[in-house]
Amino acid sequence: MQFIYSGITSGSIFALVALGFNIIYNTTGIINFAQGEFVMIGGMLIYTLLSIYGIPLFMAVPVALLLALIIGILFDKIFIKLVKVPNEINLITVTIAAATIIRGLAMVIWGRNTLNVSGYIPYSVISFPGGSLTSNSLLVIAVSLLTAFSLSLFFKKSSLGKAFRACYNDKMAASICGVDVGHIRMLAFGIAAFLGVVAGIVTAPITYVTYTDGVMVGLKGFAAAILGGLGNFWGGVAGGLLLGIFEGFFASILPSGYKDAFAFLIILFVLFLRPMGLFGKKKAERL
Amino acid sequence: MKKINYLFLFTILLILVLTKLLIKNEYYLSIVIFGLFNAINASCFNILLGYTGIISLGQGAFYGIGAYCAVITAASYGISPSIAILMASFFSGILAFVVGYPTLRLHGHYLAMATLGFGMIIYVFMNEMAFLTGGPSGFLDINKFTLLGMSIYGESEFYIFVASMFFVFVVMFELFDKSFLAYKLKFIKESEFASKSFGINIFRTKLLTFSLVAAITAFNGGVYAYYAGFISPVSFNFHYSIQLLTMAIVGGVGSVSGGIVGAAILTALPEFMTAIEDYEMVLYGLFLAVTIIFLPEGLSGLFKKIVGKNASN
Repeated sequence: MQFIYSGITSGSIFALVALGFNIIYNTTGIINFAQGEFVMIGGMLIYTLLSIYGIPLFMAVPVALLLALIIGILFDKIFIKLVKVPNEINLITVTIAAATIIRGLAMVIWGRNTLNVSGYIPYSVISFPGGSLTSNSLLVIAVSLLTAFSLSLFFKKSSLGKAFRACYNDKMAASICGVDVGHIRMLAFGIAAFLGVVAGIVTAPITYVTYTDGVMVGLKGFAAAILGGLGNFWGGVAGGLLLGIFEGFFASILPSGYKDAFAFLIILFVLFLRPMGLFGKKKAERL
Repeated sequence: MKKINYLFLFTILLILVLTKLLIKNEYYLSIVIFGLFNAINASCFNILLGYTGIISLGQGAFYGIGAYCAVITAASYGISPSIAILMASFFSGILAFVVGYPTLRLHGHYLAMATLGFGMIIYVFMNEMAFLTGGPSGFLDINKFTLLGMSIYGESEFYIFVASMFFVFVVMFELFDKSFLAYKLKFIKESEFASKSFGINIFRTKLLTFSLVAAITAFNGGVYAYYAGFISPVSFNFHYSIQLLTMAIVGGVGSVSGGIVGAAILTALPEFMTAIEDYEMVLYGLFLAVTIIFLPEGLSGLFKKIVGKNASN
């Protein structure tokens, strides 16, 4: 049973990353292969603010989140907007390029070593029926779910959120009704980076931070998004949690080294059997 | 139909011969050999992306499968390395067929994800199945390479072998580029809908291309294993697939010279940059980003444009 609890912990991180993928996919139709790098940057930022500048936590978190928004917006301005021939392959490739640059810069700035971030709350073990969770893991789950809920409220209730949803449905119609689509796209990257940094901050005390962290987290978040149905908000959350639990289950019955392979094996099966994901609707294809 | 570009083939042959005559330093020769391996792989990637429109982020895995299968079969059954490499290549082609059968129905980022996932699975298996693959440290002391009873050993002899292999590959690629098949593939890339209505079996064509390319990549991988004398999973991971993507795109997709130019530049680059080694990854990313943003047709596209302008003047 323990695997369910550890699965939910890693799954809620995949869920946050998957949400970032979905928001960008819905507004631009592209997959941002740099989403995982945002998570890594989140860990790095919080490490720098807390351990190097010695800023207290309650101030460090807002600063890191603000920086995340700026990074996301710059990402859109520097990489996405400039692509002259914005077909699918070029856009995928430019995000891969951006991810490589961010990873390389992180290595230059923070070095190759794993950086240690101390826990935000006192360490304790809380037991549940059939297993237990550490206080840090509980924080991860709580923050992730809270973020997902507030984000869904933002999309449902606020007028900016409505503009987002209008862009999802029909960009042309939205722009006729006075929605600035370019602005929304820029904000989408901001929010995606924000989600990544949230994930990075909450996981830093558990996994610590290394400059290569982004690759695996990003790929699994993408896998979670596909599992739940690309572009589907709650599908992404459910996909993340399911992927986490599956992975925890495989890790508990097989050598844990194979864990990463199984996450992708599940994804291959989903792609073969149900490419629209578990909760996605079938879209009309051009072919 | 365009004519076969004999000038291009002759230039390649000339460069290969001159390299052999001029470069005596073994270290530099080894870099050229690595460049040739990369050039074949990047060109294979180019056939997939530039001609057929298949974005495969798992090419590193096929390269690795070729290397591992050749070494494992040769070592455990005591067969000649050249036959083992052929077997590895055949096996990799079959595997690509099996993997491609469900995946090639997907498009764009779904296909990117599926091939990437395949690459990751193979990488994990290479690391974890230590009883077969030697685990993360891989194989050391791979036997010497023999071809028709001749033992090929050392940089100089290997250069002759790899360079001839490369030249044969380039000639084949050039013939392919001017053949009806290349037009058919580009038609599929341009519009699947239109090509389907012309009676082309898109799926079968894509699948055969994918399998054949995987077989060539694996053959290359087998030779690489015997040249390097040492293989470990790190050489065949996700980053290698991304490097191939970078090479093909920087050089220019959809042309014979693209992958070769890209591989030459990006293999040589780190050698000039040993002082700022830490920035290598950033530079790779910048190269890729700048090419996509400013030169959608890559360096060979830029070159053609410049030559074309001069000719029209």
